[in-house]
Amino acid sequence: MSKDLITLEHISKSYDGQLILDDLSLSIYENSFVTLLGPSGCGKTTTLRIIGGFEKPDQGRVIFDGQDITNLAPNKRQLNTVFQKYALFTHMTIAENIAFGLKIKNKSDSYIKDKIKYALKLVNLEGFENRMPDSLSGGQQQRIAIARAIVNEPKVLLLDEPLGALDLKMRQDMQYELKRLKDELGITFIYVTHDQEEALTMSDHIVVMNQGYIQQEGSPEKIYNEPENAFVADFIGDSNIIRSTMIRDELVEILGAKFACVDKGFGENKPVDVVIRPEDVELVAPDAGTINGVVTGLTFKGVHYEMDVEANGYEWLVHSTKLSEVGSNVGIKIDPFNIQIMNVPASEDEEAISETV
Amino acid sequence: MKLFKSKRSAGLMASPYIAWAIIFIVVPLCMVFYYGLTSADGGFTFDNIATIMKPGYIKALKRSIVLAIISTLVCFLLSYPLGMILASMKLKKNAYIVTLFILPMWMNFLLRTLTWMTLLEGKGVINTILEFLHLPTLNIINTNGAIVLGMVYNFLPFMILPIYNALNRIDENVINAARDLGAGTVQTFLRITLPLSMPGILSGITMVFIPALTTFAISTMLGGSKILLIGNIIEQEFTQLYDWHLGSGLSIVLMIFIILNMIIENLSDNGGNN
Ligand SMILES: Nc1ncnc2c1ncn2[C@@H]1O[C@H](COP(=O)(O)OP(=O)(O)O)[C@@H](O)[C@H]1O
Ligand SMILES: [Mg+2]
Repeated sequence: MSKDLITLEHISKSYDGQLILDDLSLSIYENSFVTLLGPSGCGKTTTLRIIGGFEKPDQGRVIFDGQDITNLAPNKRQLNTVFQKYALFTHMTIAENIAFGLKIKNKSDSYIKDKIKYALKLVNLEGFENRMPDSLSGGQQQRIAIARAIVNEPKVLLLDEPLGALDLKMRQDMQYELKRLKDELGITFIYVTHDQEEALTMSDHIVVMNQGYIQQEGSPEKIYNEPENAFVADFIGDSNIIRSTMIRDELVEILGAKFACVDKGFGENKPVDVVIRPEDVELVAPDAGTINGVVTGLTFKGVHYEMDVEANGYEWLVHSTKLSEVGSNVGIKIDPFNIQIMNVPASEDEEAISETV
Repeated sequence: MKLFKSKRSAGLMASPYIAWAIIFIVVPLCMVFYYGLTSADGGFTFDNIATIMKPGYIKALKRSIVLAIISTLVCFLLSYPLGMILASMKLKKNAYIVTLFILPMWMNFLLRTLTWMTLLEGKGVINTILEFLHLPTLNIINTNGAIVLGMVYNFLPFMILPIYNALNRIDENVINAARDLGAGTVQTFLRITLPLSMPGILSGITMVFIPALTTFAISTMLGGSKILLIGNIIEQEFTQLYDWHLGSGLSIVLMIFIILNMIIENLSDNGGNN
């Protein structure tokens, strides 16, 4: 895409002897919407705090626009943060909150006034100048926190689970608003969330983290369609993840049955993990597919049915618009393109953790 | 919170407290006003209140106000940095440290003050040690300084607790947000920490200033009979001279100062919120 704006080089951080971030390296492009995605406690906030300057890494460097800012105080950095729980100044009006950064920089009164107007318009809260933060709803407070940050014209906006405290409807509206804001401002957003749907919807680039390690990074499509390990596959949406054997290139043995696939280069008779998304499992007449099974569960989900199919000792998760009744015999067919082969994890850290979903 | 089904049952539940308040607050207050505004023959008069303007009385009042202000100031200057240190530790341990400061309050107030008397006396513990070390002895007892020391020692926890609580309640991310928006350490303190802790400062000031203004025990024990505070004079009117009218009249004057103090603090508190 374009040039690197922020680079994290070999960042390590421990709290009380416990390693939170381990040799983490990451490049963030200018004008991109980058999301750090991972389960709670995986080190997302810590990473963001290191970028914001509220925390110093034990090892490694933070490079901003070609300059080493590892030891620069937060008030000297050309970026602004939207904190997880808004962190508005409750003893100031909305206008005073938004003006805070500009007053510090000794901007003129007329400039500040214009900026407040502009920012409130941008977040759709015109006329709120003289309200107090406590009198606003959660969503409105969140938007004020964003307005307070962007009037300073940062090159980068850091957002730590900004929608975490909002209800579903509000969250979806705000997702749209944030994307619009990002396009309008033309700056870099570094966004932290544990919500995979939010990440897929909003991001240009997703960084999946677990236990202080980057598991995979790439576009939302790539992360969803081609997870590199079982953790990513499991964390990003529902999946069938099955330990299997790669017989040779383009042929994999899943639960004792041979399936054609498109992946190469895993060696011969090597253990692998395969990921098959539930919408990619096709239910056909018995014996018309590769293996046979019995439908054991059925739930109507609106757009599709969700079915559990017991076949070869594994409970397959299937999404389909076609209904198969509980108890019926079916065949399972999978398009070779839809079988994603992954190396089995080398370390325990990559192990899929089922309770995280 | 709808704890009670109706206003009537809420009133019923509150009745013991209302009765308590009437017997121990309203009735004595009415009596103070009655005695304060009447003369010995029962006629209405402002003479009791006006007595405060007489030289001995006004001097005691002025001294009381000055010593109370000094004590409050010293308590504040000691408490605020301590509160900041405690709040910044964010450890489970600071609960113990806070308890350490409250601990002396579990001992009787008079006993604690008496202890200082024994320490500071001309032939007290401190001077005995100084003599033993062949150092010059100190003359602290029966001075204004000794009274301030007694006030600060006794009332310090009332300043520390509200300030510590107010500082502890400030979200770390609010401080971070100010830093994030470009404020340096000093600016962050002046624009965020100080105003956000103002309610704690104000209640600390009230809780130290009022007892310091009205005390007579501390000045009796550490000020000897030479230094009279307005509290001592009122006490003498009641317990030695049996002039309840004058005692009540002077109490009303003191009440005016206390109410004035509270009004000023309320105003500055609201000022911080607007
Ligand atoms: N100030 C701190 N002191 C001690 N441990 C911390 C501190 N901040 C975070 N941690 C620990 O570091 C880990 C990662 O935290 P965090 O970065 O907040 O995760 P996330 O934002 O992904 O949920 C957690 O286990 C958390 O308990
Ligand atoms: Mg977090």
